[in-house]
Amino acid sequence: MMSMLKTVADTAPVPAAAPVQIQVRGVEKTFAVGAQKIVALQNIDLDIRKGEFVCLLGPSGCGKSTLLNAVAGFQPPTKGTVTVDGRTITEPGPDRGMVFQEYALFPWMTVAQNVAFGLEIKGMSKAEIAERVEWLLQKLHLQDFRNRFPKDLSGGMRQRVAIARVLALDSPILLMDEPFGALDALTRRTLQDELLRIWEEVGKTILFVTHSIEESIYLADRIIVMTYRPGTIKRDVAVDMPRPRDGSAPEFNRLKRELSQMVMEEQQRFSQDEIRSVTAD
Amino acid sequence: MSQAKPRFSPAAVARGALVPVLAIALWQALSSSGLINQVVLPSPVAVVERWWAYLLPTEPYDPAQSSWILWALSGEMLFDAWSSLYRVVLGFAVGAGLALPLGLAMGGNPRIYALFDPLMQVLRPIPPIAYIPLSILWFGLGNPPAIFLIAIGAFFPVLMNTIAGVRHVDGIYLRAARNLGAGRLTMFVRVILPAATPYILAGARIGIGTAFIVVIVSEMIAVNSGLGFRILEAREFMWSDKIIAGMFTIGLLGLAIDIGMNRLNNHLLRWHRGLEN
Repeated sequence: MMSMLKTVADTAPVPAAAPVQIQVRGVEKTFAVGAQKIVALQNIDLDIRKGEFVCLLGPSGCGKSTLLNAVAGFQPPTKGTVTVDGRTITEPGPDRGMVFQEYALFPWMTVAQNVAFGLEIKGMSKAEIAERVEWLLQKLHLQDFRNRFPKDLSGGMRQRVAIARVLALDSPILLMDEPFGALDALTRRTLQDELLRIWEEVGKTILFVTHSIEESIYLADRIIVMTYRPGTIKRDVAVDMPRPRDGSAPEFNRLKRELSQMVMEEQQRFSQDEIRSVTAD
Repeated sequence: MSQAKPRFSPAAVARGALVPVLAIALWQALSSSGLINQVVLPSPVAVVERWWAYLLPTEPYDPAQSSWILWALSGEMLFDAWSSLYRVVLGFAVGAGLALPLGLAMGGNPRIYALFDPLMQVLRPIPPIAYIPLSILWFGLGNPPAIFLIAIGAFFPVLMNTIAGVRHVDGIYLRAARNLGAGRLTMFVRVILPAATPYILAGARIGIGTAFIVVIVSEMIAVNSGLGFRILEAREFMWSDKIIAGMFTIGLLGLAIDIGMNRLNNHLLRWHRGLEN
């Protein structure tokens, strides 16, 4: 059954002409939890083209964050390789800006200082930094908050700062780990729209982890549905709808139904596993 | 914030003053009733008078000698308070100045930690007071032994908290900084150090409290100025009113130091979530 569900290349990614930027080959990742060995990722092959917006979708424990962390360079895979523009990834770097679910802003820095930090590391001149920070604050509607500390901002505002901070790096790739997962529905939609606007404007490759089916359909060119333990690619689905996408359109709902079924199968395996682990004690 | 109740409403002041006023009244009643010897427990009035005399300049004002300000500040108490404060600050600066880099190194590097931790664990439980004989043997009399004792008192709290602070830095900040391309030095100076400041400042606060205890003790043995020296000197003359006046001044100086530390804390940690209100 597993082999049947594996990578399906029948749905070609949208910008078919663009060169492959992120290449994942035979990636496997195992963790030891006590005496147990958990296979978080198994046999992952994935090509992401330059400028593509790709969502990794799946229930908790399907390894989607693990895959993202492998691309980010935080957790090297046990087997296999991840290459970006032909270079093998061994460590994190500013060419792959990461947005974390928990924002990960530096609380001792103001909004402007947070945005400027990556540029200071790069060794940019003060004038250049000031100009670029200003531009980003405008772009994310943060100009009135520049001297605030993160503790004084709402979740949505914090995530704007985090996005501005990675955009400052001008990295070709944005990695986003459930960035809007902790936000309320309205803020979430606003930020999704802003992300799309920025993506269309600056043309970055985005790898976006989510467990929200709607979010993935609303945003992505391609949705990679993952299986629960071992984490494999269950389906690779192209979303061929013009943006902005209408959540009530029949096409949207058809895709949503299809994806829901796939995700629910995995969710059930996850729940059974959880129940088993509880009753085992 | 602007709508907050005034902190010093008349009712709050009255409530806060109730117990102190009653205590002073009882004290006054005991001493004026003659039940207790004035030498053992002087009356509050006598203490206040003595405190005032301790505060005021001892010499009459002479314009030919010095300026008015210098004359006004020439009282014995201000000189004593200044001497004590000077020792606390200098001793604390030495102790914390040594503890901070060592703590950062021990917290950040497991090998340095493994090298130094056993020695620190052996030395840490020794109260600074136990170093008195050695400090006199090594440094003689005067300020040096006092500074040495105070530095020891401040050293360990700052060291322990700095180590804990560095070790408790949330991994998410490290990951975010690495992702932004931070090297080791940037990581340490711009991320680990600020992230550890809440711990370090808590240690500094404990350290300066210890330093203040140690300064009073060390002034009783090694020097001939300072608030600790003064109350011991007063005992030799059986001036119990001056002893109490001196103790009161020690309390005021301690309070001033604590307020100063608090201000510094609030300023340096103005970004910190714990201070939200």
